[in-house]
Amino acid sequence: MSIQIADAPPGIQGQGFFATSLDKAVGLARANSLWPLPFATSCCGIEFMATMASNYDMARFGSERLSFSPRQADLLMVMGTIAKKMGPVVRQVYLQMAEPRWVIAVGACASSGGIFDTYSVLQGIDKVIPVDVYVPGCPPRPEQIIDGITKIQELVKNEPLRRRNSAEYQALMASYGIK
Amino acid sequence: MENNLNTTFEEQSKAYTTLNLGPTHPATHGIFQNILTMDGEIIVDSEQTVGYIHRAFEKIAEHRPFYQVTPLTDRLNYCSSPINNMGWHMTMEKLLGVTVPKRVDYMRVIVMELARIADHLVCNSVIGVDTGALTGFTYVFQWREKIYDIYEEICGARLTTNIGRIGGMERDFSKEVILKIEDFLAGFPKVFDEFCSLLERNRIFMDRTIGTGPITAEKALNYGFTGPNLRATGVDYDVRVMNPYSSYGDFDFTIPVGINGDTYDRFMVRQEEIRESLKIIRQALNNLPEGKYFAEVPSFYLPPKEEVYHNMEALIWHFKIVMGEADVPVGEIYHSVEGGNGELGYYLVSDGGRAAYRLHFRRPCFIYYQAFPDMVKGSTLSDAIVAMSSMNVIAGELDA
Amino acid sequence: MGSLSNQEIINHIQEAFPNLLVSSQESYGMMTIEVQANQVKNLFQFLYSNPALQFQFLTDLCGIHFPDQSGKELGVVYHLHSLVNNYRIRIKAFVPKSNPQIESVCSIFKSANWQERETFDFYGIEFLGHPNLKRILNVDEMNYFPLRKEYPLEDQHRTDKNDSYFGR
Repeated sequence: MSIQIADAPPGIQGQGFFATSLDKAVGLARANSLWPLPFATSCCGIEFMATMASNYDMARFGSERLSFSPRQADLLMVMGTIAKKMGPVVRQVYLQMAEPRWVIAVGACASSGGIFDTYSVLQGIDKVIPVDVYVPGCPPRPEQIIDGITKIQELVKNEPLRRRNSAEYQALMASYGIK
Repeated sequence: MENNLNTTFEEQSKAYTTLNLGPTHPATHGIFQNILTMDGEIIVDSEQTVGYIHRAFEKIAEHRPFYQVTPLTDRLNYCSSPINNMGWHMTMEKLLGVTVPKRVDYMRVIVMELARIADHLVCNSVIGVDTGALTGFTYVFQWREKIYDIYEEICGARLTTNIGRIGGMERDFSKEVILKIEDFLAGFPKVFDEFCSLLERNRIFMDRTIGTGPITAEKALNYGFTGPNLRATGVDYDVRVMNPYSSYGDFDFTIPVGINGDTYDRFMVRQEEIRESLKIIRQALNNLPEGKYFAEVPSFYLPPKEEVYHNMEALIWHFKIVMGEADVPVGEIYHSVEGGNGELGYYLVSDGGRAAYRLHFRRPCFIYYQAFPDMVKGSTLSDAIVAMSSMNVIAGELDA
Repeated sequence: MGSLSNQEIINHIQEAFPNLLVSSQESYGMMTIEVQANQVKNLFQFLYSNPALQFQFLTDLCGIHFPDQSGKELGVVYHLHSLVNNYRIRIKAFVPKSNPQIESVCSIFKSANWQERETFDFYGIEFLGHPNLKRILNVDEMNYFPLRKEYPLEDQHRTDKNDSYFGR
């Protein structure tokens, strides 16, 4: 059985040293040690529990330490339906997270309201907070959730260091009313 | 906010702190909020806010054809969705006056008891996690994946199953299904015994759970408790025995009851119910009768696809069923099943139209969660957390 | 375990409350009676404490709206269960939309507390004597009662739905 080794970022190698650009090194470190905040509201939350459990094991990807405090989390995983009553709570949790922060919307309800086109359900959490990755499914299989996590890891790996201060990002935050 | 104490001058001059527990909190399994009034570490009163995941199921059901209500019922108590599905199908069959073949009854019993095992496994392993015992959780979830495997073989989905149809099951149990169930029955009891040995006679677990969150039988009945929470207080009310449905009368099983109605009793009642469910599945599998896997309900049960392509009548029925044009009698009906949390009831008022006129779900979680302040008054915060997780409050069923 | 028949229940009720019953029928095996709204609490007290009946378990409480029955548009449907006799009964009481008030049964059955709040939230039926009658499932600021038949299911303020995809 051949062993696959992950590619190192482009850099200069030598005897006992490896030089690469700072944002690549930081991206590598961040991507493989994301601390998620599981914001599980309904059925997708149970699939998340199955993803964290021994059979699918998300801890392999660096998410060993779940953080329930937004101040200590990198990745907000919103799993399940968000009702209009819950919208301000999601927003408050997002605001408490420190930059750099990413958001993954797991499931159809978090992405777009799902099958619940009703007066009481928020039609997608991107109405209140900016979202990076959407994982469709009702509920998505654990493999799909892990696929979403690996896509977040790609985003994190390739993020330029000054992105959070750029004009485009500031404009995005302003469009959500977040300072 | 109500304050139920007889307040004397001394007590009024004490300073109570207000602690907000939720709606997002690691220990509340689901989103609901408790605002606790605390005297130091002791809880004096608690005010609850629910509705953070209100999805208006009852209003949606008034705008959907009857077969489209099944995916809604999936999402009530999503840890044991097959039980909800079967309850709805039985309600519709009662309304239409349809009797399903015995084979369907036994197949439904097998699926429902597997769902009950899945639900109780989540609840019990999470009680363990809340007291700090994470190992049981990892063992148990590996075997819960096997239950998901069985569901996938039967209907294609893991969690929100939509198993069965009005009038029976959509397909017969294949050889793989029977093999997988046999494998599960062969391998699970040993692993379950290991899980039990971790927690049931564990000194730390017992000290944390005995005496926490107690409720008396009279209070529980007055609060409308049903299910394992009620049986832990000593009342042996189980819908499967009181109003048998789906041939439950054919099976030999006991109803475990507790004594004190505290957390340990609720935990143990669920453990014993898992063992009883294994017995029922064994009996159902051994005695699975031959026969058809659906009843003749042409206006609800889809005809086989081969006939739809060649037979005009089958094509017309297929069209009518999918478009939701069904002839339903006018009337009102209440049917209940024993869900993972207690009596799950369906009150359906039909006016002969394409959708239900009124569909109300009698959700056990919503009814018994009201008693939580009563159960934790006077206990510490850590005891309240354990009591809450032993009640198995599933947010989907709480808010619907 | 005693056993009751439908006729016995009707006899008991009519003995105690001669003018209470509006109608009674058996619907799919369950005795269904419609009673006057102002006597519901007394009836429940009677059903609870009568030693032959012992309806001491409130299974369900929900609301219903019939816009065409003028004077009796909004209704409350109760399901009681006598565990001792293994007998269930459905009791309905209607109130007019102009004055939707009915006495709360919280003092008899504690489980009615949240169920009456839910019925108030969905239909606007006011339960007199309820300790804490406010909305429970919907947002507190909501100013209408959503499960009434005149209100739509979908949120009418959405701007992102493309009607051409839905054939509208």
